[in-house]
Amino acid sequence: MSRWVIKGLQTGVVTTRYPSGEETTPGISPGLPQAMPSYDGDTRTLIARCPTGALHRADGRVVVESRRCLHCYRCSRGIAKPISWDSGFEWASIREGSAALPATFRRSIYIRVVDAGDCGACLNETRLLNNPFYNMHRLGFFITPTPRKADILLVVGPVTDHMKTALSKAYDAMPTPKRVMAVGTCALSGGIFGPGFVTGAGVSDLLPVDVEIPGCPPPPLTILHGLLVLAGRKSASQSTKPVSAHVNEEGGIR
Amino acid sequence: MKIQEIANQAKVFWTDVEVAVADSSLTLEFRCKPKEVAGLCDWLFNQQNYHFSGLVVEENAIWELHYLFVGQGEMGRIRVSTVAPLQECRFPSVSVAVHAADWHEREAEDLFGLVFEGHPSMGDFILHDDVWQEGVAPMRSRFDPVSALANRKPRHDWRPKRVVDVPGAFVMPIGPVFSGTEESVHFQLETIGEEVLRAFPRLFFKYRSVEKIAEGRSIDDVILLAERFSGTTAFSHALAFSMAIEQLSEVDVPERAQVLRCFFAELERLRNHLGTIDGICSSTGLAVATSQTAILEEEALRLAGFLAGHRYLFGLAVPGGLSRDFDNQSLRESITRAKGIVRSLDEIEKLLIDTSSFLDRIEEVGIIGKQQARDYGLVGPVARASGYCNDLREIQPYAAYDACTFDIPRESEGDGYARLRVLLSETKQSLRIMEQAVAHLPDGPVFTKSKATAGVGLAGVETPRGATWHWVRLDEEGRLKRYRLITPSFTNWHGFHLAAENFAFQDFPIILATFGLSVAENDR
Repeated sequence: MSRWVIKGLQTGVVTTRYPSGEETTPGISPGLPQAMPSYDGDTRTLIARCPTGALHRADGRVVVESRRCLHCYRCSRGIAKPISWDSGFEWASIREGSAALPATFRRSIYIRVVDAGDCGACLNETRLLNNPFYNMHRLGFFITPTPRKADILLVVGPVTDHMKTALSKAYDAMPTPKRVMAVGTCALSGGIFGPGFVTGAGVSDLLPVDVEIPGCPPPPLTILHGLLVLAGRKSASQSTKPVSAHVNEEGGIR
Repeated sequence: MKIQEIANQAKVFWTDVEVAVADSSLTLEFRCKPKEVAGLCDWLFNQQNYHFSGLVVEENAIWELHYLFVGQGEMGRIRVSTVAPLQECRFPSVSVAVHAADWHEREAEDLFGLVFEGHPSMGDFILHDDVWQEGVAPMRSRFDPVSALANRKPRHDWRPKRVVDVPGAFVMPIGPVFSGTEESVHFQLETIGEEVLRAFPRLFFKYRSVEKIAEGRSIDDVILLAERFSGTTAFSHALAFSMAIEQLSEVDVPERAQVLRCFFAELERLRNHLGTIDGICSSTGLAVATSQTAILEEEALRLAGFLAGHRYLFGLAVPGGLSRDFDNQSLRESITRAKGIVRSLDEIEKLLIDTSSFLDRIEEVGIIGKQQARDYGLVGPVARASGYCNDLREIQPYAAYDACTFDIPRESEGDGYARLRVLLSETKQSLRIMEQAVAHLPDGPVFTKSKATAGVGLAGVETPRGATWHWVRLDEEGRLKRYRLITPSFTNWHGFHLAAENFAFQDFPIILATFGLSVAENDR
């Protein structure tokens, strides 16, 4: 057994300096398309390339609705004028009217993760928050198997028909105050699966969402950012209104 | 035996069987009457040693059922096809003789409303009976989601079937929401105390009806589904879909793209196996090993993110090649990094096989025999650990695999340790293929534009978890008429109960971890 101890010590500390410092290692984030005040290419072509209608035109600008982005890279690859790309990860936003958990929770927050039909990627990124690179325990976040002692319900997936009962029961079993975190494009808007006959249009169909984490999948640091927002230790990238109808200028819901 | 000889024999035994060339000399279609299907499949599976890979049901102007078989080398691929008028909804069950077809028939019953006569357990499968009544058949073209949702009649009194009927027997339910970050699946473990006597996984909590959503959509839309229904093996599935479309457009994918496809498929395999190994270490409570392998998995994800922009390689494989090119220098750099990962894993392996408390938990636990693996048509590392080997990279080479030199690790014990050893050896072979790909990378474009024509494309890819088959039928307007996904997790979940039964409760999470299954890939 002692060889394992030596092996562990030899590895040293690999944990990120985030949130107190910067984290810029390549490959930690897939990035997101960024709103462009002045896009000098053909806007119509750019918007038409987006398969989910995440790009809109508003007041002559190209705006990005990040909760619908799938990282298909069609607005950045194979196009004459690619959209600009945000390679960061602090994308968590808080819903209008929602607030962080009370200050007494700041350094000890329990999370119940519920998989409501995700593809495995969002869940894997959530699982990786426990690995030595991110080590969320150091920040006082713990994953709990029981909703009865959970403060945050972290939901991934578009909410499938078969998971509705289990998800509602998990939420109801949690003590107040509690917060709901919707992680990933599917959980925010149904993604490419919903709304359909067995798939919802995201978590807010069923539960009041407090924090939204965009990304397909959001990298671990974005999820961590969302947790820090709920702990009142980081500010959100923006505050968002509840889901609107996704109609773009060029016509219809995509 | 060669496929042609088998075809000649078949014509002698079944005078009504018609043999046609499907898409190449190594793929034949045996057309027969519904009443002969069971006998013919039985003969191919049990006498001729073909591997059963799946059933494709299509509702065109008539019912079309295709039973897919694959063999070693010159045995090629055989598609047993039968047709029947739409009002005829009863077919003989093939699964009586070919057990691997069991779940495929249950799925067709639930989604198309077909009845397979002789099948022992129809009913509650994909659509759960406590949420939907029987007979919804959502894959039928006449299905109307609005009225189906309005007229839903769930059976609130639904209870799972009990098999163990002795005094003191009880059911231990687990899930669908359980443990820390597990996927949603429900287990009913029947027991009289310590040992799991019967393990019944109830899946499809995550059923998103991917095959249904794909209908009527364009190729550009469906590739997003192909890649995102199972995010942890996204590249392999996007590749399989792309290859199926390429068959319909008769496009020559540039050589550089083919070699790079091998490179990225192996990078995905390396990353996926690291995740599975991490899961095994974590299930046995070996903390340092869990952390160490988790570091390597994250490094592999960062490597993919650094190279391709996306940690899970989304948006890379497209019909006709790849969506972007890579400069040779960064590919060479990534080989150095991948080597570092595999070298570190080597050191961990040396420590693992020296840790008796770890080996005690996985050795002679969760055993699957070779014959069982064959009967259930198991695929991937799980099957190879039991000595049953059908690796599509070897028997049906695609992309540039026929130009690569690599071994396919196999073991014979079929226990958890054998599965771990197969995973560990496969990471080394993946690195070997990646090195060859970069060393012999041709110059040139990575994408050819093409237009697919109407018809059927069928492509098989060896994903990290085993063989997947994507069946695509395109209509005249270039939209999908039918998209059938046969996935390795669906195949291997079917056989999972064999490993879990007759072992103690505390072995259950470990056996589950050694299988490395994905629920999303199964549920679709």
